[in-house]
Amino acid sequence: MGFLQKQEKFEQSGYSKKQQNKTRLIVLAIFIFLILAGSLVFNLPLFHKSLFKLGLDLQGGTHLIYEADLSKIDSSERSTSLEAIRDVIERRVNMYGVSEPIVQINKSGESHRLIVDLPGVRDIREAIKMIGETPYLEFKEQKTQEEVDVMLKKNKPEELTVHSYFKDTPLTGRYLKKADLAFDQTTNKPHIALEFNDEGAKIFAEITKRNVGKKLAIYLDGKAIIDTDGDNKIDDNDLYAPTVQEEIPSGKAQITGEQSVDYMKAIVKRLNSGALPVPITLISQQNVEASLGRVSLVQSLKAGLIGFMAILLFMIIFYRLSGFFASISLVIYIVFLLAVFKLIPVTLTLAGIAGFLLSMGMAVDANILIFSRTKEEIKEGRDFSSALENGAKRAWPSIRDGNFTTILVGIVLFIFGTGFIKGFALTLILGNLISMFSAIVITGYLIRFFLGSKPREAKKIWL
Amino acid sequence: MNIKFLKYHKANYAFFIILTLATIVCIVMFGLNLGIDFLGGTLWEVTFENRPANAVIQEKLNSFNLGENIIQPTGENSVILRFKNIDEETHQKMLVELNKISKVEERRFESVGPTIGKELREKTITLIIISLIALLIYIAISFRKLKWPISGWQYGLVSIITLTLDILFTLLVLILLGRFYNVQFNVAIVAALLTIMGYTINDKVIVFDRVRENVLRTRSDNFAETVDQSLNQILGRSLSTGTCTLFVLFALFFFGGETLKYFSLTLIIGIIVGTYTSLFVASSLLVSWGLRKRG
Repeated sequence: MGFLQKQEKFEQSGYSKKQQNKTRLIVLAIFIFLILAGSLVFNLPLFHKSLFKLGLDLQGGTHLIYEADLSKIDSSERSTSLEAIRDVIERRVNMYGVSEPIVQINKSGESHRLIVDLPGVRDIREAIKMIGETPYLEFKEQKTQEEVDVMLKKNKPEELTVHSYFKDTPLTGRYLKKADLAFDQTTNKPHIALEFNDEGAKIFAEITKRNVGKKLAIYLDGKAIIDTDGDNKIDDNDLYAPTVQEEIPSGKAQITGEQSVDYMKAIVKRLNSGALPVPITLISQQNVEASLGRVSLVQSLKAGLIGFMAILLFMIIFYRLSGFFASISLVIYIVFLLAVFKLIPVTLTLAGIAGFLLSMGMAVDANILIFSRTKEEIKEGRDFSSALENGAKRAWPSIRDGNFTTILVGIVLFIFGTGFIKGFALTLILGNLISMFSAIVITGYLIRFFLGSKPREAKKIWL
Repeated sequence: MNIKFLKYHKANYAFFIILTLATIVCIVMFGLNLGIDFLGGTLWEVTFENRPANAVIQEKLNSFNLGENIIQPTGENSVILRFKNIDEETHQKMLVELNKISKVEERRFESVGPTIGKELREKTITLIIISLIALLIYIAISFRKLKWPISGWQYGLVSIITLTLDILFTLLVLILLGRFYNVQFNVAIVAALLTIMGYTINDKVIVFDRVRENVLRTRSDNFAETVDQSLNQILGRSLSTGTCTLFVLFALFFFGGETLKYFSLTLIIGIIVGTYTSLFVASSLLVSWGLRKRG
């Protein structure tokens, strides 16, 4: 802590050469960090261009909360079926072309929720409709040669996709009891184990009987159950179709020879989402149009700028040159905090901006406490520099307690709060932590640096 | 300048007891004007190409069995509608109806189910209690070195009592604003109330800190005088620390837009009241408690 060193030495001799060098070094370090942080914040070419992450209330978008009905699901399978349904929703919003959607599972008391954030979506009707539907799992078999011939006569080959060569079967997710990842007892190799119910077993037996050596394709929501060509999206180029090895009368099937366990796990999850449908109901939605979000953003930033100017004016009028350096620290503080927002990254909501602006006012509080104390010390006959050292040291307990109590409340808000409150709490906590550093350390070293080697000659203009 | 902060402590006590009673009476009589985040409901902002009169909109809404609803014109061509929680299907049907009046663009649609609202109500109370306890513990630990005339946890308790007063008075203003200006009590205001606790305790800490220092340094027998002296020493900074935060808040209140307007107002009231209670009530309580213990 710049201020908090033993002050006895200074009273005798002012700043020694060694201390001056240290001060210079630290001011230089602050300056370098400022340039780095600044170029990150303002997108100077030093770093990859990165943008602030804006919340839905500022960039526009839709926030949906669904309640999942797990009453029909065994308690041991609840978390997996929730994950399965999340997976399905993710698939659907991705298909809808939403950029950076977020789908989260949230447990609140006894109820299980799915929170869906869709940034930038304007017309949500379609999205809501699609998300709300129960996942539909189906198995399709290859068309016979005659059927293919008929099809080729009617259509040009280029109009056809791989999917055109498959036709519906009566087998759907309704008949699938469950899917599991299992390991072979002797070879220990993993495979996907499917289990159909009694009715499903009969249908499956018939299908496998007539399709030995052929392929059986698995579809979820009308598309391949998983991405098979490795482009990370599921589209018409993907087809997931294991080959039937033999007739299976037992209703228990295995899919073997897949590339990785994770891949198989994903398939299992999706098979289950079609097998154990979890009905979900929309219980809350928030939809903010982009231009409205922009207005909020501009208004709050404008207010912040006005508040900022007022603080600068106040500090310089009441605390003169010291107030001026405190103002510079405040600017440095803002740049650092914004850089942290980008680095973490913090999603900035209106609440977050409010917390950030508020922390600006709180940031200078530490300076006010130090300067007030310093004035007292000067009245007691000390020279400016030793009064400042002493003032900082003696103001520290109240700065510490004041900031930590605010941070404490911030932490409570962050842990137990939701939405608005969480965003606000996060920026408030970060702001308080960084401001303690900037107000005490940075202001302290700046003043020392500019005081130079003759602190005793500091005039009234300093405070 | 030497202000006798403690001289009027009885009047102050009386004032705040009356205030507390008034707040309780108002809560019982008027209740908080809870927003949709707490009760569940719909808030819908739409922009018309040509904004019709409220009655025209009302007529369209009547067929949907919405119960109580509020139609509030805003901006140049927009309207904010508030009513009970509806499902997506009704939302779309209503949109069709509104479009028949004049071309409509949706700006904002928020619909909160009653379960979410209930949860938030319960959570808010938990939040406030946990925060108060956390602060009590922090202050008690921070002031643990003090034994005479009162101990650290008593400092903690005094700060909690005065913080509660800060919150109660702010609540009173919010209830009245809700009653007469239809200002809604929403999540943003809860965040503001909790921040008031975290922030105005700073002022109390400044007072206590100086008292702590003076008690440890002077070892004077006269606790009341020590407190009074401490208050005079820190008056200036107690007033200036809040000031810069107030600058930001006033800017937010006047220019920060609708959502942050009452959020900042809540904080403004809380910080001003908090500064007052730190100087006049917290200190008086310290002395009253200290003297009683000795006598």
